[in-house]
Amino acid sequence: MTLKTLYQKIGFPRLIITVFFIALLIGAVVLNIPLAGLWSSIFVRFGMNAILVLAMVPGIRAGIGINFNLALGIVLGLLGAILSFEFGFQGATGFLVANAIALPLAAIAGYLYGHMLNRVKGDEMTVSNYIGLSIVSFMCIVWIILPLTNRELIWPMGGKGLRVTISMENSFGEFLNNLWAFPKGATGASSFVFPTGMIVYFALWAAIVWAFNRSKAGSAMSAAGASELFATSNGVNVNRYRILGTMISTILAAAGIITYAQGFGFLQLYRAPLYMSMPAAASILIGGATLKDARIIHVIIGTFLFQGLLVVALPVINVVSGGDMAEIVRVIVSNGIILYALTRGGEEA
Amino acid sequence: MALLEMKDISKSYSGNQVLKNVNLTIEPGEIHGLIGENGAGKSTLMNILFGMPVIHNTGGHEGQMFINGEPFTPKSPMDAMAAGIGMVHQEFMLIPGFTITENVKLNRENTKETILGKVFGKKLNRLDRETMAEDTKIALEKLHMNIDEFVKIQGLPVGYMQFVEIAREIDKRNLQLLILDEPTAVLAESEAEKFLEVIQSLSEMGIAILFITHRLDEIKSVSHGITVLRDGEMVLAEKIENISLVEMARAMVGRSVELSTEERRDLSDAPVHLELIDMHVKMPGEEVKGVSLEIKKGEIFGIGGLAGQGKIGISNGIMGLYPTTGKVIKSGQEMKLNSPREMLDNNVTFLSEDRKGMGLLLDDSIENNIAFAAQEIKDKFLKKILVGRFLDKKGITENAVKMIEELDIRCTSSKQHTRRLSGGNQQKVCIARALTFEPDILLISEPTRGIDIGAKKLVLDTLVHLSREEGMTVVMTSSELAELRQVSDRIAIISDGKLQGIFNPDEKDEVLGLAMAGDDYEEVLNDA
Repeated sequence: MTLKTLYQKIGFPRLIITVFFIALLIGAVVLNIPLAGLWSSIFVRFGMNAILVLAMVPGIRAGIGINFNLALGIVLGLLGAILSFEFGFQGATGFLVANAIALPLAAIAGYLYGHMLNRVKGDEMTVSNYIGLSIVSFMCIVWIILPLTNRELIWPMGGKGLRVTISMENSFGEFLNNLWAFPKGATGASSFVFPTGMIVYFALWAAIVWAFNRSKAGSAMSAAGASELFATSNGVNVNRYRILGTMISTILAAAGIITYAQGFGFLQLYRAPLYMSMPAAASILIGGATLKDARIIHVIIGTFLFQGLLVVALPVINVVSGGDMAEIVRVIVSNGIILYALTRGGEEA
Repeated sequence: MALLEMKDISKSYSGNQVLKNVNLTIEPGEIHGLIGENGAGKSTLMNILFGMPVIHNTGGHEGQMFINGEPFTPKSPMDAMAAGIGMVHQEFMLIPGFTITENVKLNRENTKETILGKVFGKKLNRLDRETMAEDTKIALEKLHMNIDEFVKIQGLPVGYMQFVEIAREIDKRNLQLLILDEPTAVLAESEAEKFLEVIQSLSEMGIAILFITHRLDEIKSVSHGITVLRDGEMVLAEKIENISLVEMARAMVGRSVELSTEERRDLSDAPVHLELIDMHVKMPGEEVKGVSLEIKKGEIFGIGGLAGQGKIGISNGIMGLYPTTGKVIKSGQEMKLNSPREMLDNNVTFLSEDRKGMGLLLDDSIENNIAFAAQEIKDKFLKKILVGRFLDKKGITENAVKMIEELDIRCTSSKQHTRRLSGGNQQKVCIARALTFEPDILLISEPTRGIDIGAKKLVLDTLVHLSREEGMTVVMTSSELAELRQVSDRIAIISDGKLQGIFNPDEKDEVLGLAMAGDDYEEVLNDA
């Protein structure tokens, strides 16, 4: 393989980010930042975010583009986690109950949302942004008026409305992180721990999506997404498959935020769900997806690169500049890569 | 001296010769008709005359042009306009929200000097609306139009828009030659008559008219001279009084190349396979306005006609891709209309004229393209694992490899995406999908458009094989009469959305030519 074809295969954005990532790793070594801890953080953050990134796949394949409205699935995932918390479930049970409540709700919401997207064909990505804003605002009201009683959920003073950030220490916080984690007993920021449970859990969802893509329904859905004319003339009900894609995307968003929250250890309510779509979209685009084509491998590469960049950038840049540069890097990378993909349209991003 | 002389004009697009040594001479005040089938080279000739960028971007042309004896080499439409050539395009170039005056005077507005204009240049001069309105009125009067110049274009009848376009051209003071590209195609009959009168009065004012149309009777009634193009060659240039409608039709269709035609067969006893009753299809630009047909089992049924007359709409309507009314009956059973799925479930498949839009998944592999219809409708290439049905990738590849060999699809592998294939190979992929689907009835539109000779032969041979050996019913829609004649058992000619007649493929050129122009041979003979 010549250098040129290799370059074309990797693509400009991935090349830049990979080079940047490696430069940061070298920087970390030079600055004596312990790499073992950084690698565990990368794996943990990969596991936390990958399902949210995976949620982009069915949306893109079904032809609704990047689902900027992950917030819809996210708020329902949060609702599931909160109710599970309220009922006092912990650990594995808590995690399962949260999903059992959230996923069916997400399926229903995704179905309705899919119907709506069928009425705004061609403008899905614009509309999904505004739906996201509306849903999050609406849920701000819901978080305040939900009649919950658990003292850890509601404001300590006044006793009405949910807190902005809820610690999951007494619920199922870090349940997946610690599941089958090895080496056992390793603690502290500088030692290496592999979050087996979290990675396996992601692999489970990825396998489901992968299998779906190879099923008859998945194949029909990609055809509907790739060319509405082709699909229609070959007897595919395009609108139905767009709804299906939206549903799966919303369900994955709900499952994704529950995984994210348990890894983070906190439930973030109110405006927080708004800030989840952009990094997820950026990740899958970095991974090599376009506005028309997305695969599991894009999710894995993209999430790894994007989260790796953030994890390594934080200590390295903070040591070098002294300020909170890591957040700025995150914003520049995520918005930049989305802008790049949008200007390239359906081409290779 | 002739107003316009075009000498030995030749033009090829990437090796494909579209014009060969065409000559055209127009006298001042002459109405000159230019006729030819779709793809005969009319538009290219006009693009050359009008200096369209598409000509220069593709390497220019050969031959010379003279206006009033002066050499004329337009580099852009601006040059052509400066030389006194105006053109009214088939698609209107009008701004709906502007008034007639504003459209007529667009970018040529009369202005009055202002201080702003003196300081910042002429673009900031004030519009002289009175003069603009005056000028427009004069232009409209020349066209016998009783309409106020301050009316907005939006909501005007189509006929009026056409006249506004012409008013804009004749308002240009130096206009010597006006090119009209299919001007009457969009007009109702009464409007068309009025339009022809206007053309004649323009001609009396000394403006020469180059009139492109496929309505032969119109040419016959108004023009002085006529030029017929066929396959890029000038086959006839004659004074109108020396030529009859029948001769014009024969020259237009002609048989340029003798193709090996199949032995004819008699299918009159075959059962009816597909019946259309009073079918109307609302397909933009190809509307079908009530067609009834009986298609026999196992025949190749050709559908011909000129572009925009509705022939394309028939297959699209049967397949349910555009809103359709009427009845479609397959083997005695009435089909649900407007449902592609219903037709596919009943083993009818369609290869669209819109190959890239409807016929292919451009960013998917050849093998997936080939397997898709059979997999979606007939559950082929699927295997059941636990709860779901999954694609049998191996089966899909094997089938594709077989098809690639059978149809000689030139590709790097069955995994190659279809976007980078040539037109001919793309069409073969579409045909492979239809073969894999194994339909009873195959609808195919423009099977050889945009593909090379070799692929063309293979495609047509495949259709003949399917019909004669496999007993498949094939409905083939094509703009190329020659290929319809080569393979069809019967040819239906569609004109103005209606069935003009069903003909034997060996019918005389002039009969088919007149049918395509919407005229009846017998009537024309009786009139003459």
